[in-house]
This record gives sequence, C-alpha cells and structure tokens, in this order.
Amino acid sequence: MTSGGPDRGGGAVRLRPAIGETVIAVGVLVLAAVVYWQTANIPVSPIYAKVGPTVVPMITALGLAVLGALLLYSALTGGWQTEDEREIKADRPALLWIAAGLVLNVLLIGSAGFTIASVLLFVCVARGFGSKAILRDAGIGAAFALIAYFGFAQTLGINIGGGIVESAIERVFGLGQGS
Amino acid sequence: MDAFSQLLNGFAVALTPMNLLWCLVGTTLGTAIGVLPGLGPALTIALLLPITFKVDPTAAFILFAGIYYGAMYGGSTTSILLNTPGESATIITALEGNRMARNGRAGAALATAAIGSFVAGTVGTLGITFLAPIVVDLALKFGPADYFSLMVLAFVTVSAVLGSSMVRGLTALLFGIWLGLIGVDLQTGQPRFTFGLPELLDGINVVVVAVGLFAVGETLYVASRYRFGKDEIIPLSGSVWMTPEEWKRSWKPWLRGTAVGFPIGAMPAGGAEIPTFLSYYMERKLTSKPEEFGKGAIEGVAGPEAANNASAAGVLVPMLTLGLPTSATAAIMLSAFQSYGINPGPLLFESQPQLVWGLIASLFIGNVMLLVLNLPMIAIWVKLLQIPAPLLYAGILVFATIGTYGITQSPVDLILLYLVGGIGYLMRRYDFPTAPVIIGMILGPLAEQNFRQAMTISAGDWTVLFTRPLSASILALAALALIGPKLYQLATRPKPAHVPGDA
Repeated sequence: MTSGGPDRGGGAVRLRPAIGETVIAVGVLVLAAVVYWQTANIPVSPIYAKVGPTVVPMITALGLAVLGALLLYSALTGGWQTEDEREIKADRPALLWIAAGLVLNVLLIGSAGFTIASVLLFVCVARGFGSKAILRDAGIGAAFALIAYFGFAQTLGINIGGGIVESAIERVFGLGQGS
Repeated sequence: MDAFSQLLNGFAVALTPMNLLWCLVGTTLGTAIGVLPGLGPALTIALLLPITFKVDPTAAFILFAGIYYGAMYGGSTTSILLNTPGESATIITALEGNRMARNGRAGAALATAAIGSFVAGTVGTLGITFLAPIVVDLALKFGPADYFSLMVLAFVTVSAVLGSSMVRGLTALLFGIWLGLIGVDLQTGQPRFTFGLPELLDGINVVVVAVGLFAVGETLYVASRYRFGKDEIIPLSGSVWMTPEEWKRSWKPWLRGTAVGFPIGAMPAGGAEIPTFLSYYMERKLTSKPEEFGKGAIEGVAGPEAANNASAAGVLVPMLTLGLPTSATAAIMLSAFQSYGINPGPLLFESQPQLVWGLIASLFIGNVMLLVLNLPMIAIWVKLLQIPAPLLYAGILVFATIGTYGITQSPVDLILLYLVGGIGYLMRRYDFPTAPVIIGMILGPLAEQNFRQAMTISAGDWTVLFTRPLSASILALAALALIGPKLYQLATRPKPAHVPGDA
C-alpha cells in the first residue's frame, strides 16, 4: 500500500489540492481519532489483557489513520476523481428538498403518525426529482403510504406507529384487533 | 450419490404448496426490484428481514433466494432497455445488449440473457449441490485461526481487489467493521462506541445501514445528478423467440460464461464483476464475427449474463458452507440466519438439512419460474420502467422509513438511517464502494470472535496465525491479493489504460 491505488494513471501530474476529496480524507482521519479515543476509554480487565475488547478496535483505528493519511496525500496532489466527474455540480435544490422531507419525517412520525409524515416525505422527494404536481403527488403518496401501512406492515407484523389518520381508518373499517 | 438423495429430500421440502408460493413471491418480487432502477436485492432483503420473526427459516430463505436470483434476471432487462446498469456486474450486458436493443433486436437480447441466466443458474445450482458437501468436509478441519485468516482473505479481496481503488475499498471496509463493533462486547460485557446512548448498546441494526446506504444514499446521489441526464427507454422490439442462428451463437457463450462465473463466485473472494469482464473478453476473442462487438453482438450478452448468474450461484457456496458472505446480499442473508440463531457453516448441513437442501432445491424451481416470468411475460416488466423517477424514489424512501422505523419505533434509528444515508451519498459521490461496509459490518464481529478464540487457544500467541499451515497459506494468498496487482503494475510499465477486470 503505497499510494491511492490504481486511481488515475499518467498524463500531466496536477498538484492542485482537490477540495472535496480533502474534506473526505480529513473526515476519515477524524473518524480514526474518534475510534482511537473511544477505544482508549474502554476499561480492560487484566484477565482479557491479551485478546481483550480493545485489540480489534485498535487495529481498526490504526488502519483508518493510515488510510486517511493516504487519502489526504492523494487529495492534496490532485485528488482521485476523473475530470468529468469533477465537473458535475451536485443539484443542490434537489438535495435540499429531499433533506427537508427526511427531517420533516423524523419530526412528525412520532406525533402525527406514519401516514402524514410519509405523505410529506413523498411530496418533498418527488419535488426534489422535479415533479411540480404537488396535489397529485400527495394523493399518490397517501395511497402508497396507506397500502404500505396496512399491507406491508401488518403482514410483517411490524408496528410503525399509527396516528390520527390510521386510527380513524381502523375505526371506520373495523380493522386492527379492535383495540 | 449422497448429495443426490439429499437433494431429492430437498425437493420434497421445496415442492410443498406453501414453499412453492414463497418461491413464486420471491422470484416475482426479485424480478420487479431487479427491473426497477434504485432497488436491489440487498436492500429488498434487508427491508424484509422482519419476516424472520413470523415465518419458519426454510420459507424465509426460499423467499430471499428467489429475490436474489430474480434480481439478476430483472437487472439484465434494465441494462438492455435503459442502459443504466443497476449493478456493476451488468455493465457489460448494457454494453452490447443496449446496442442490440437500439438496432431493433431487444427481444433477442432479452431472450439470450434470460435463457443464459437459466442455463447458468441451473448449472450453478448443480455446482452448489456437488461442491458444497466437499467444502463442508474440508471446512470441518478448520480451526478458529484458519477461519480468521479466511475472513481476512475475504476482506482483502472484497474491498481491495474488486473495486477501483484499494485505499477507498479498505476505508469502506474498516468503516463497516467499526459499525459492527458498536454495542456491547459479547465476550466481556463491555460497551464499545456507544457514546453513552442506551439505544446503541445492542449495536446498530444492519437494516439501518443497508437501507441507509442503498436507499437513502442512492436516492440522494441520483437526485443530485438527475437533471443532467435523462434515461431513454428503448421500446421492446423484435421477437423474444430467438432464430436458429441466434441459438447457435448463444449456447457456447452460455456454457463458457457459466464455467468462468461459478468457480470465481464460489471462491472465498466472490465478486461478479471479474467473471463478467473475463467472459466478455473471451467471447470477443472467440467469436467468428468480431466486427459486431461494440455494435451489438449477441455473444457479448449471452456470455457475461451467464457468468453473472453463475457467480451469483457460486457466492452461495462459501455463504452456506463457511458462513462467509462475499457480497452485500449474502451478508444480509447471513444476518437473517443470525436472527434465527442459526450459524451458517459446515455444521449447518448436518443440523438443518431440511433448510439447506430445501433452499438448494428451490433454487432449481426458482430458475424455471424465472424463465417463464422473464420471457413470455417480459412486456409486463418493461412497463415497470415507465414509472416516473419522482414517484419511484419517493416510494423507495417511504419504504425505507417503514423498514427502519418499524424495527424499534425509535427516532434514533431514523436519525441513524439518514446519517448513514448522507455518508452513503458522499461515498457514491467520491467513488467509495458501499458493499464492503455491509460485509465488514457483518463479518467483522465474526472475524473478531474467531481471532479471540484462536488467541485463547494459543494462550495469546499471535504466531499461531502463521504457524498453522492452512492459516499461513490463506494469509499468504491475502497478502498476494493485496500486493500482487501493484507488483504486476510495476512490472508491466507503461501501464495500460485502466480497465476493470483487465488483470
């Protein structure tokens, strides 16, 4: 292990640091530090001194540190991504729409119930992919969520936290165990 | 002959109406998720893991195996008609298959892929039937040190050799191993990396990580570049009944692809990419019509597609006989075994013959079902491709939420899911492979367990790993796999353009 693998062959050697890759490499180094720090905090009873609960974590921390350093070297000397890949700019609005949907979902799934949280998630993700028909998406999302809730979840016997909508439907159709 | 009678017993298990139904559900679902871009077998099986609390193991594994095989069939349809390979193993199918479709021969491309998959799947399953007992006999002689070395070999090949970069592959692997270490250490009762959160004491559920990487991360990645390229679906054209000439040009590539794919898949290294590439280059060398390659040569679909399916069958050999998963899907299946309290390994064949042989028999049956599902009924699956991306990915994320939130109803799991999703997005964006994360997470704790057992037996003497002949030779292989490509590169300068699987 001497360099970043068969990343990109010859051609002109660029020595400009690549920002994105540098961030990633630093992230790996931070993870290595966290793993090391947390491992150092695991108390080890002397009985297990040789093969205790810290041996493998230590190897992991060490390995991550070495790999992080190699990644950092590669990032500072031009990075490992191809030119075409580098030129594609991520579609920020799309990512933000999806992130918003995910956050709303976490916040609401406990209080408002699965269906409402899912419909919001569904609409936000569809919007992120460029769909403008919010009402249509909400309708499809609601149908989808209800089918998923009563079909998938009930058959698998997993409880995904019903809310107002679910209990109302259960009351009307007498579904569920009558509870 | 023994394997044969065992297999007959297996058919008795697999042919019960309930198990046939599970097999049909699995193959149908598998084909569907194989066709749909953005969904794969690892994700689907992860989402269905709660079923292990409800049905008996035989039924669950017949379902999972159907999904596993079905996704291979479905995936080729998408590569041929859409030219966006769902998995790296179908890149080659997309290469020639998509050209054929553009030339109005989509039907023949789909047919040779489906029949090739059937031939390879059936021969590969026969391979499992006869190879597995042999590996079991061998594996019974393995001690913990040998197992540990074997896992190291799998780690190295899965992460360092098969991907595009050794460093990034190993980084992904170690990240996975670390995720696997989180929680209470079973041997000493010591919590590790729980950051004081009681939710983490039981460890992170593999479902959370698999769904985070394969559903949330993948969706974010696709969304981030969705606007910059539109996929074009090529309509179904040409008959799915191949002409005699097409048969003549296909049958040898099928068999050659199978011959390449199964042994490579069955090695503790796994990986479907290398056999598909090998098969492609082989067919290009052997064909009588080299001028058609790159423009839609049927051999270039038939061979790699067979190699892909045969290696998928091969992967089940180390999974069942050694408990060694070499693909993300196999790793998820291993965690399903764990949730039943069953440990795959040589003893599985003795303790659970009904399960193992029922599963193998159902693979034969599943292949027949898949051939029917994917040839006469192909037009139905093509319709799935017309689901608009916004609705498809929105649906995937809603399902991802159910699958995760349903396990514990804990918002912590959802937050973890989205965090892992964010990491998965960055991994995709910066070209880190994601499968080693899952394999590291499942296999890491098992490797640690074997390592500690080996150390306990040897009273803490590390050299046992190098003095046991078996363990030493496996470790030597791992070292060779790690350093070999580099040496080869140094030896053959100026290095050729980077073509995966060229070595």
